[in-house]
Amino acid sequence: MSTDTKINNIKSLKKKLLKNVVDTAYYAGASSAHIGGALSCIDIVSTLFTEFIKINPENFSKKDRDYFILSKGHACLVYYAVLAELGFFSRDDLKSFEKTDSFLLGHPILNEKYGIDFSTGSLGMGLSIGIGLAISLKKKKSENKVYVIIGDGECNEGSIWEGMMSAPHFNLDNLTIIIDKNNLQQTGKNEDIMSLGDLKSKISSFGWDAHSIDGHNIKDLYDIFSQKTDSKPKAIVANTIKGKGLSFAENNNKFHHTVLTKALYEKALKEIESK
Amino acid sequence: MKLDKSKIKLFSTIGSRATFGMVCLDLAKEIDNLMVLTSDVSTSAGLDRFKLKYPDKYLDVGIAEQNLIGVATGLSSGGHNVFTTTFAPFQTMRCFEQIKVNLGYMKKKVTMVGIASGVALGTLGFTHCAIEDLSLMRSIPGMTVISPADCGEVAKSVFAAAKHKGPIYIRLTGVANNPIVYNDDYKFEIGKPIKLEEGNDITIFATGSMVSRAVDASKILSKQNIKASVINVHTIKPLDINFVNKNSENRKLIVTVEEHSVIGGLASAISEANSQLINKSKQLSISLPDKYFQGGEYLDLLNKYNLNSEGIATTITKNLAI
Repeated sequence: MSTDTKINNIKSLKKKLLKNVVDTAYYAGASSAHIGGALSCIDIVSTLFTEFIKINPENFSKKDRDYFILSKGHACLVYYAVLAELGFFSRDDLKSFEKTDSFLLGHPILNEKYGIDFSTGSLGMGLSIGIGLAISLKKKKSENKVYVIIGDGECNEGSIWEGMMSAPHFNLDNLTIIIDKNNLQQTGKNEDIMSLGDLKSKISSFGWDAHSIDGHNIKDLYDIFSQKTDSKPKAIVANTIKGKGLSFAENNNKFHHTVLTKALYEKALKEIESK
Repeated sequence: MKLDKSKIKLFSTIGSRATFGMVCLDLAKEIDNLMVLTSDVSTSAGLDRFKLKYPDKYLDVGIAEQNLIGVATGLSSGGHNVFTTTFAPFQTMRCFEQIKVNLGYMKKKVTMVGIASGVALGTLGFTHCAIEDLSLMRSIPGMTVISPADCGEVAKSVFAAAKHKGPIYIRLTGVANNPIVYNDDYKFEIGKPIKLEEGNDITIFATGSMVSRAVDASKILSKQNIKASVINVHTIKPLDINFVNKNSENRKLIVTVEEHSVIGGLASAISEANSQLINKSKQLSISLPDKYFQGGEYLDLLNKYNLNSEGIATTITKNLAI
């Protein structure tokens, strides 16, 4: 398959995910949904699940497979969107989002049947789990890989830096982390709340194979995920836009966690259709 | 694991944490996918030999307890049988939320071994003591909490934990020359308390370092014609409520003895278990107080708070006289 075809496949999945995310946010109704941070990593998720992370309902019960951890668990709209497309559950199930007794709450809950490996949402915990998995795969001489998506605000957590220190120490070249750097966190800009500085240099100084790219350029994402590293874990600082894909939500931190009104939902559908 | 007299003597001499390290050498022979993780405490946990003999089964994550639990969770998810160990306060408190989410909420099977719990390191101050760990670990749904009575029971607990489903906290108390409770091999089963002495006047529920002292206290009391049952509550959670109830009815007194704060440990567990009991006996809790008191030598601290056989017996006698 040519690279162009692969890129087109990724774009095609992305369009489906965008629709699922918007639908699910709308289903949430008055209980609100984390829209902005789900949309900022939608190109990353689309690229990973089209070409790199090989999980499906058939292989999910096996230990020897790829692993995905959404450490920024509040971005679950995009996670549920992709799991529905992979066939772990139906698009119709998305209607139960944040409803009583649903398996799809506002943060992912471990569910072997529905493709969710870990309960995340308390920030700063996913990287260490990814490190443990990567070590486990290496011990089993597995070629499979571990991918972790981390928020930029999440990098305020000290536990992230415990993980940052240890992944290169253990030479985990089967581990890739993606920092969704949309520059905003719950109550404002990263730089106002807690400056991250030059994140790529910081991570690089910890011993990672670190990169900084446009997190919405699918070709760049595809290329960077395809690159092999030599004994180092890979860190990608993906420069993104919170709320990407919906004109009214882009860089608007009101959409960190909000209600998607009927009017905005209809506007969103039109925008998606025109893409 | 089967105990014999020479093992029992050796384990007691080296103390609970060195016993843990030594037992891991045997465990590695039985458990193929074993991983023992530490936070820069290989020597303190008696793991130096293990580290040399089984480098593939040993992992030091540095002084980073949050990472310790996260990495353990990942390894467990990958199919490994994981033990983590560091000093009890760091093992249970620095990473409490990781324990809640990863081991509690996600039910990942990891066995945590908190070394030098209680006031074993009393001379180092309260940063290094743990009088709150039973309380914290007990509060996590699904967590099994074990507090071995002597070093032989440490060995039994470690082997039982490896075969147990679900997360476990093993609390190690005492120092070198740890008193021996069991002189011969015996049947240990997680969740099944063991009656060591039989007497109908009072029941003493004891755990960890206090079990041997409670047995000795019962002998002192016997001379005063007070007949005590002594029960080794090695598993604080899940607690065998029927067994506790049965041994709490129609006594002159029931007593809990533990090297832990009076809040949230054995005293609370027994009290909760008996809360619905109709013929409930009065409960006396002998424990460490709810405060960060002046530190010092281990045995001095135990003596100060009546956590020795004489102190236990005297406290009971006084209470019976009220």
